[in-house]
Amino acid sequence: MSTSLRPVPRAPDAELSPELLLRVHDLMVRSRVLEERLIAMYKQGDGYFWIGGPGEEAFNIPLGLLVHKGRGLQYDYLHFHYRNSGTMLAMGADPIDSLRQMKNTATDPYSAGRNFSNHYSKREWNVVPVSSVIEPQYAMCIGTGIAQKRAGGRGITIVTGGDAGTAEGDFATCLVWSSRPANPLPVLIIVTNNKWGISTAWTGQHGEKRISDRGKAFGIESKTIDGNDPEVSYRELAAAMEYVRTERKPFLLEAVVSRLYGHSSASGANAVVDEADCLKGFEKKLEDRKLLTRQQMDELRQKYTQELQDAHRKVRQEPQPKGDTIYQHVFQERDLVREGK
Amino acid sequence: MSNMVQAIRMALHVAEERHDLTDVFGEDVGPPLGGAFTATQGIKCAWNSPLDERGIVGASIGLGLAGCRNVAEIQFCDYAYNTIDLLKLAGMQSWSSNGDWNCPMTVMTPVGSGIRGSIYHSHSFDTVATHIPGFKIAMPSTPRDAYGLLLSCIVDPNPCFFLVPKALMRVRTVAGEEIPGEPGDDRALSKLIDAPLGDRSKWQPQWPDTPDIFIPFGEGRTVRRGRDVTVVSYGRTLPLCKKAADELAQEGIEAEVIDLRSLYPYDWARIQESVKRTGRALFVNEDTEITNFGEHLLRRTVEELFYQLVAPPRLLAGAFVPGVGLADNLEMASVPQLPSIRDTIRQLAHQEA
Repeated sequence: MSTSLRPVPRAPDAELSPELLLRVHDLMVRSRVLEERLIAMYKQGDGYFWIGGPGEEAFNIPLGLLVHKGRGLQYDYLHFHYRNSGTMLAMGADPIDSLRQMKNTATDPYSAGRNFSNHYSKREWNVVPVSSVIEPQYAMCIGTGIAQKRAGGRGITIVTGGDAGTAEGDFATCLVWSSRPANPLPVLIIVTNNKWGISTAWTGQHGEKRISDRGKAFGIESKTIDGNDPEVSYRELAAAMEYVRTERKPFLLEAVVSRLYGHSSASGANAVVDEADCLKGFEKKLEDRKLLTRQQMDELRQKYTQELQDAHRKVRQEPQPKGDTIYQHVFQERDLVREGK
Repeated sequence: MSNMVQAIRMALHVAEERHDLTDVFGEDVGPPLGGAFTATQGIKCAWNSPLDERGIVGASIGLGLAGCRNVAEIQFCDYAYNTIDLLKLAGMQSWSSNGDWNCPMTVMTPVGSGIRGSIYHSHSFDTVATHIPGFKIAMPSTPRDAYGLLLSCIVDPNPCFFLVPKALMRVRTVAGEEIPGEPGDDRALSKLIDAPLGDRSKWQPQWPDTPDIFIPFGEGRTVRRGRDVTVVSYGRTLPLCKKAADELAQEGIEAEVIDLRSLYPYDWARIQESVKRTGRALFVNEDTEITNFGEHLLRRTVEELFYQLVAPPRLLAGAFVPGVGLADNLEMASVPQLPSIRDTIRQLAHQEA
């Protein structure tokens, strides 16, 4: 099967430029500090529930930097799960908006206080509403993939989920539908494998050695990478995206990552010490390469900690949604997605 | 004169030619079959999907979010039960994003009994559908209404259910209710738009020139005027209610029959006006009777029209059993039929005030 496909562009061996590495690091720090602030808000009673992606920054930041961001079929459609705060930050989201959603304020631009933290939605960037259930995005992404295949161009559909969610039928749905011989779809299927489903270990539930092996049965180009290394992530994502953009066929990318604060509030949202921290690993490399000093990195973290503390104080003063707004937007009068406005 | 599946086909044709319908899809929806009930024969944008209802609903949502008007068929509504959370998600795309997104999509699915479909091809879906906020829900009982309601679903910016009563799919339009432009002769229409048996690879439909008809959501139809009892129904049981009312006229009972047509939003003003006149209300559908949509209408009748009622309002619905059994006697005993509808109207009309 794969002999009929054009080979996936090999990830470039060349090191990423120092400027890009520093940009990635800056966003990784900011993303980590954002998640730590969200957890602090939850523990201080400034939010009912936390769930997010600390530990996935080395993968999620490069993803956000590589997304072709915009509205409509010529841009990438994003079907995220609830661990993509770093991706949103890298795309240009203002971190205070994540705090607003955490505090369920009326000013929350993603759901106006209706949804949990890290449940993004932003039509301006083709970010479709994130749901709390772990798998339906793998079924929904088929539709934007079909529309983009028909439209042509370089816009692709990107879907993210976790390893535990691949046990659901919707993951199989995604593999079947994106690789139909009648109409293969330009979908980048991403699984961030943190090896846990809430409190249940991957190893006890899944016999497959790699999730990416499942793609091979469908003739889908598939790969497992070290998602804790931002340089590997960046290069592999760039290559996989280029394949999907040009070949208009699916690619399954499994990124092995860490989960540094457990599943969510449901498991206490406490720091774990026995998993690799991608930020620490990357910072050591930057130090070794003399791109940053420890002091510079500490100052950067302090800067963002202060930024988020200030944002937290601001958000505390913002209003909650009023109860009489619950009937708003059950239905739309206008067809916004067709008008493109 | 068309039957309901032909009317659906003509509406899909009009929608793909004039209203940007981009995809009609589902199991066996494309060539060569054109749908298990032939409702999608000859439609250019119809295509076959894998046998995967979650994929069908998921794809429909994604197409909608991408701005593509689409009709996703679930071959029998019985197969939609494994898609409930996706349907819930479809219904909340606008609300959960505080109005940032909308999702134009239509889930079309055959519902109900009447073809001896046995346990798993006879379920109703109106009660489930009306428990999913964010959807508009249409359920026709005539070919012309099917045509006009389906077009309304397709052009609506929100998710819609188009529930098709299986028992009425082959029932023909009555005189005076034709779709303008359709041939008056059944065989002439069949020759134009029914795919031939055998090899269909070279067949092309010849579509009659039919106009845009958009029957608004929330607009029922009073199919029979009457002073004594208000009967509210939809789908398969609607023509039975009309027939029962016509028969009871010989006994001096004049029942008013309302075809709800649209289950959400629904035409409360019409029900209210009628019940205020008659003081007696009967709600008829064939979904299982516990936590039934008719119970909602009945509750509202009691709460808002209590002092206009002269007798307790009634619900006649399907038996609360796991399925509709195959044997004729089992099906007849499971869902309302003409005799039980007639008897209930009669009892209600005679109940002392």
